[in-house]
Amino acid sequence: MSHPVSQSADKVIDHFTLFRQPEYKELFERKKTEFEYGHSDEEVARVSAWTKTEEYKEKNFAREAVVINPTKACQPIGAMFAAQGFEGTLPFVHGSQGCVAYYRTHLTRHFKEPNSAVSSSMTEDAAVFGGLNNMIDGLANAYALYKPKMIAVMTTCMAEVIGDDLSGFISNAKNKESVPADFPVPFAHTPAFVGSHIVGYDNMIKGVLTHFWGTSENFDTPKNETINLIPGFDGFAVGNNRELKRIAGLFGIQLTILSDVSDNFDTPADGEYRMYDGGTPLEATKEAVHAKATISMQEYCTPQSLQFIKEKGQQVAKYNYPMGVTGTDELLMKLAELSGKPVPAELKLERGRLVDAIADSHTHLHGKRFAVYGDPDFCLGMSKFLMELGAEPVHILSTSGSKKWEKQVQKVLDGSPFGKSGKAYGGKDLWHLRSLLFTDKVDYIIGNSYGKYLERDTKIPLIRLTYPIFDRHHHHRYPTWGYQGALNVLVRILDRIFEDMDANTNIVGETDYSFDLVR
Amino acid sequence: MSLSVNEGVDVKGLVDKVLEAYPEKSRKRRAKHLNVLEAEAKDCGVKSNIKSIPGVMTIRGCAYAGSKGVVWGPIKDMIHISHGPVGCGYYSWSGRRNYYVGDTGVDSWGTMHFTSDFQEKDIVFGGDKKLHKVIEEINELFPLVNGISIQSECPIGLIGDDIEAVARAKSEELGKPVVPVRCEGFRGVSQSLGHHIANDVIRDWIFEKTEPKEGFVSTPYDVTIIGDYNIGGDAWASRILLEEIGLRVIAQWSGDGTLAELENTPKAKVNLIHCYRSMNYIARHMEEKFGIPWMEYNFFGPSQIAESLRKIAALFDDTIKENAEKVIAKYQPMVDAVIAKFKPRLEGKKVMIYVGGLRPRHVVDAYHDLGMEIVGTGYEFAHNDDYQRTQHYVKEGTLIYDDVTAFELEKFVEVMRPDLVASGIKEKYVFQKMGLPFRQMHSWDYSGPYHGYDGFAIFARDMDLAINNPVWGIMKAPF
Repeated sequence: MSHPVSQSADKVIDHFTLFRQPEYKELFERKKTEFEYGHSDEEVARVSAWTKTEEYKEKNFAREAVVINPTKACQPIGAMFAAQGFEGTLPFVHGSQGCVAYYRTHLTRHFKEPNSAVSSSMTEDAAVFGGLNNMIDGLANAYALYKPKMIAVMTTCMAEVIGDDLSGFISNAKNKESVPADFPVPFAHTPAFVGSHIVGYDNMIKGVLTHFWGTSENFDTPKNETINLIPGFDGFAVGNNRELKRIAGLFGIQLTILSDVSDNFDTPADGEYRMYDGGTPLEATKEAVHAKATISMQEYCTPQSLQFIKEKGQQVAKYNYPMGVTGTDELLMKLAELSGKPVPAELKLERGRLVDAIADSHTHLHGKRFAVYGDPDFCLGMSKFLMELGAEPVHILSTSGSKKWEKQVQKVLDGSPFGKSGKAYGGKDLWHLRSLLFTDKVDYIIGNSYGKYLERDTKIPLIRLTYPIFDRHHHHRYPTWGYQGALNVLVRILDRIFEDMDANTNIVGETDYSFDLVR
Repeated sequence: MSLSVNEGVDVKGLVDKVLEAYPEKSRKRRAKHLNVLEAEAKDCGVKSNIKSIPGVMTIRGCAYAGSKGVVWGPIKDMIHISHGPVGCGYYSWSGRRNYYVGDTGVDSWGTMHFTSDFQEKDIVFGGDKKLHKVIEEINELFPLVNGISIQSECPIGLIGDDIEAVARAKSEELGKPVVPVRCEGFRGVSQSLGHHIANDVIRDWIFEKTEPKEGFVSTPYDVTIIGDYNIGGDAWASRILLEEIGLRVIAQWSGDGTLAELENTPKAKVNLIHCYRSMNYIARHMEEKFGIPWMEYNFFGPSQIAESLRKIAALFDDTIKENAEKVIAKYQPMVDAVIAKFKPRLEGKKVMIYVGGLRPRHVVDAYHDLGMEIVGTGYEFAHNDDYQRTQHYVKEGTLIYDDVTAFELEKFVEVMRPDLVASGIKEKYVFQKMGLPFRQMHSWDYSGPYHGYDGFAIFARDMDLAINNPVWGIMKAPF
């Protein structure tokens, strides 16, 4: 088995090239035929073809128990994300420690940023006796080492199954002087077996507000001119929150973003590591009870929080990840209505520029069919924007989507002739979507990095526009909200369309008559 | 190179200073895990495999991560169910880069996420019925699946489900192995117990219940690769060398592995162990039960590769021994060229390592081959026997940290200012922001392979591109 050495110091080859060398191809073949005892190539080809059929789709959709490649995570990661948008806040996850390693890793891989959170590291003994001592020691250690301004506590499913009581545990820990009595320790129970990360987000926002606003019914709180805004769980939060602040600045509105991760998840590299940066000031969070109104950018990330806020006598307004021209129009008009200030001329100009860009490019978008998946609000906002561009959302899928959400999507689709081929799939997963893509083809998929497997299998180009995006860098630093954000989204979609066009017309002498220089 | 490192640096003082920040009870506990290597300390002078302290930001994971993420997940022709709530499987979905060749979704499932997605009613009423259905649906939608594993998440062991009964019933019904793994995340102190539990399940549910494949013909040269997860293709870059010296690798555990390879392993003449920490259990079992000897080897860097190839060849006849020499000689010019190119750019650079259970010692000589120095190293989930094995790799004066906390590592690095930090994704951006070159040493930072001669060239290139990138020079604004 002698072969020449393919590796070289001059041009080092790694996995991309190394394993395509003849010696490795032969190695794969030997391993497969002599040792793997797999199925014959014919059998694999037959089953592969079968998985792409209508018959398979029916079987696939008849599934009642197994979930395959879902578009949802569990509650605590959403709660952690929400907590990390408050000034100097350290999330403290009560339960098994591995969970925290997973949440930190997941968020880090998307934002390409450090992500700090601690665990109470409960093990077998805590499973039997409860995790009170873990809470007492854990809060003391976290406070001493990491010097947070606030510790936000949430739970893993282990702590929920054994029924640990956060409120009681935290009081107990304070009695034991783990942290000072007046140190803020808001909390949220976040069982992983209820809802998903978007519910965890809601629970933590409500937990923080409950802590600062008190539980008494203060309906007659005097209101000021401030407007609160809750962005929801958003992979583009860095770009989006900054865009919202810019827009509020142009309006001259005092805006409090309740949980603003934009600085914490985008710290500079200048030789100093900042464990905490930016975030909603705790004082502002406390004061937010006096705001005139609260806007939720993502209805499904905030049902309980909005209800709680409403009970405090505030006006509330909710959106579904508003994107595009009319999505942004509605948001700005609401801001104008709530603040009594006109939409700034500069934003009107931006709107015009966006519409101009759409007009310039509409020929490439009109009638194009899309599959959209992700969180419920994202799917709604994205579908609306697509229809505005003359594109057709066809398969709209969210594992976190409910029956109510399906109806809401349907209503949106019914509102446009471009929605007539569209259908919402709540509670379904990306393996369902695979069947849909094979049996009812679309031109493009909009989703996250996990969609790359769908792209590989179906050869339908993927556009990454929602969390998590692991395999492309830095897009989250650009907004998708506001007219500027819509322009970014438009360009992302167009780029993919043009790249795809070029890739499909580049065979010399065969298809390259359409390899146009000007498009 | 000198025989010791950190000369003139008060490392002991640094440790004491860092410990000062802890409340007293925790300080006492953490002090046992930090030390400066002294020549006579047989286990690096630290305690290990002990519960992490609450609230300190340990970098460790859990037993589920050790079983599903490490040991079982890479077996490509089986489907591994993340049994319980949706999160564990979601976070560990495709994160580990254990490469495989196969038709994903048809005859391989390595980059997919299967879960029973527990809801409240499953917690209240138990999930066994659902598990039956999950397995049935999997078998129907994926008829070429050769076996199924049930990877327990925390709630399973707390609500009293009988997954073993489900596994037995389903194995019988489907005529394929269905294996229950009790790797609930709250068990043990780290990933390590998950490795052990996963090993035991292979013993009890594969070796005990299945047979080597009919028609499998043994040869005197049959070996296995145990404890190589094929990160970025590591196992392939190792296998090629073993094949070149005339051996037959009958099984890979578990990177790019198959059920048949697990089943055939008892036919091996010798088990070759790369990651001792995660798979020594099964090797010891096979030694006792089948009389198969096992040997640890190290395929990081040319010094260790050559030594390992010779050690492995010594277990066989003269032909193999001669082949080993030929193979070492064959790759030597490439290795020399790599060292000639990269050593001048890396010589004398100081490295701090913090990884899992093997690499904090195994990669040390690969750095030495490039003229680099290890000034600190430590493990997430090593046991005492790993620290015993570390002693001869590192030099006196090396800072040793076990289950280091984010706080400690940050402070150590801040003061010691190594030229490179070699750790994981959770640590990466912290140190890059501090202006320090960094390489992920779990995932090879999306590069690799790093094993074998082919891998060493990549390792050298990667260390160079991290350390000598111009970005580190533009961190400070000139105004």
